[in-house]
Amino acid sequence: MGEAIVITSGKGGVGKTTTTANLGTALALQDKKVCLVDTDIGLRNLDVVMGLENRIIYDIVDVVKGRCKTKQALITDKRFECLHVLPAAQTSDKSEVTPEGIKAIVEELKQDYDYVVIDCPAGIEQGYKNAVAGADKAIVVTTPEKSSVRDADRIIGLLEQEELEAPKLVINRIRNHMMKNGDMMDVDEIVNVLSIDLLGIVIDDEAVIKASNSGEPVAMKPNSKASLAYRNIARRILGETVPLLSLEEDKGVLAKVKRFFGMRT
Amino acid sequence: MSANGQRIMIKGTRDGLILKLDDQCSFDRLLRDLQDKLSMNGVTEDEPMIRVIIQVGKRYLTEEQKEELSAVVREKQKLVVDKIESDVLTKKEALDWKENTEITPVARTVRSGQVVEVKGDLLLVGDVNPGGQVNATGNIFVMGRLKGIAHAGCEGDTAAVIAAAYMQPSQLRIADQLSRSPDYESEGVYMECGFIDKDFQKIRIDRLQEVVKKRPNLVSFERRMING
Repeated sequence: MGEAIVITSGKGGVGKTTTTANLGTALALQDKKVCLVDTDIGLRNLDVVMGLENRIIYDIVDVVKGRCKTKQALITDKRFECLHVLPAAQTSDKSEVTPEGIKAIVEELKQDYDYVVIDCPAGIEQGYKNAVAGADKAIVVTTPEKSSVRDADRIIGLLEQEELEAPKLVINRIRNHMMKNGDMMDVDEIVNVLSIDLLGIVIDDEAVIKASNSGEPVAMKPNSKASLAYRNIARRILGETVPLLSLEEDKGVLAKVKRFFGMRT
Repeated sequence: MSANGQRIMIKGTRDGLILKLDDQCSFDRLLRDLQDKLSMNGVTEDEPMIRVIIQVGKRYLTEEQKEELSAVVREKQKLVVDKIESDVLTKKEALDWKENTEITPVARTVRSGQVVEVKGDLLLVGDVNPGGQVNATGNIFVMGRLKGIAHAGCEGDTAAVIAAAYMQPSQLRIADQLSRSPDYESEGVYMECGFIDKDFQKIRIDRLQEVVKKRPNLVSFERRMING
């Protein structure tokens, strides 16, 4: 019996789908059986980020409506046997599925997988309710911007009403120099306001955009900081204690030499 | 007249008159007797106004009855009704009173989009995040960071105050007054308290210790009785 984790944020564009894709990949790297579920019906992206768009035959609406079995709709990842994606429908509407429908699918998937990671749509309406219905845990993604922290706060308030474990926080798109100048909210300030446990911080990394455009999650590329951040988050989910990544850019000769030899600094 | 004497007792004090009314006879009877009794006393023109306290004992008076009673007393030019004291309350009044004088502890974070409403005083163990709101008919004490909206005395109690361990509210509201945070980025303040400054009729924020001096009976029973 695995566990279902919903990735949510309230606000759009903070990196829910990217986080879902990379978290799934990082968990698969740790030899866990993982299923990613895209509940953003009508605006599906997860399959694109994973580079699996061309393999979709059935989608989650087909499963809810009983047009196919859950197993038929699952797509196996190109890189890992143990990683599967249940894509959202692109042609339907969010009202096509009910929280009960999603819950039944997630319950079924939990039997076969160690982790079911659910990608939640933006907003707090039907789509959000669908996504949260089957989850045991929640991860709230935010960026160091006031508006996205505000929305995260709202979402945490709503999640507290559900029968979930206390949500965990991922702060995405951190820009170190802006945080240092005080132009961006810093990590402590965000954690202070939201007062939930911090699961990880992810630096704003060009490699993330590059990777998702090429359909290969950044977590596959070991030499970027964002990749390391996602892998650390996955390890924390598995129960390991991993210190937060340092935000400092490594300078100096030793770091250069290490980088030359492909070592992590 | 001897019977009247039992129904209405007039007592003079330093501050004025006390009318002690019988609480067993009918209300109409009482009014008639009162008219008789008061018409007997001839008061000379140049005497000062006399304040009257009416004690009705265990009789319950509706608002109209109180008005009638006051009208009878007021007919005499030199008498003004200070207050009407009754020993009894309706159940509803008593419950309202109890609710409005109680202090309600709430232990949670009030997040964006959430509203906490209580009767009486609110003691919040936690933060009010931006976009969150707390309302109370009495005072509000926040033992955390107040960054959202707080509305004390939301049914009109202008003596209510809002205190917070860390004060950086987007709005403070007390009774019908409102103040908002400045448009520029500002730091919050620690252990301060918002209240309505009587001289300016505006909400001011001052150190907690100063406000306690201005509202000496902040938590005492008398304040609650008057407001309740």
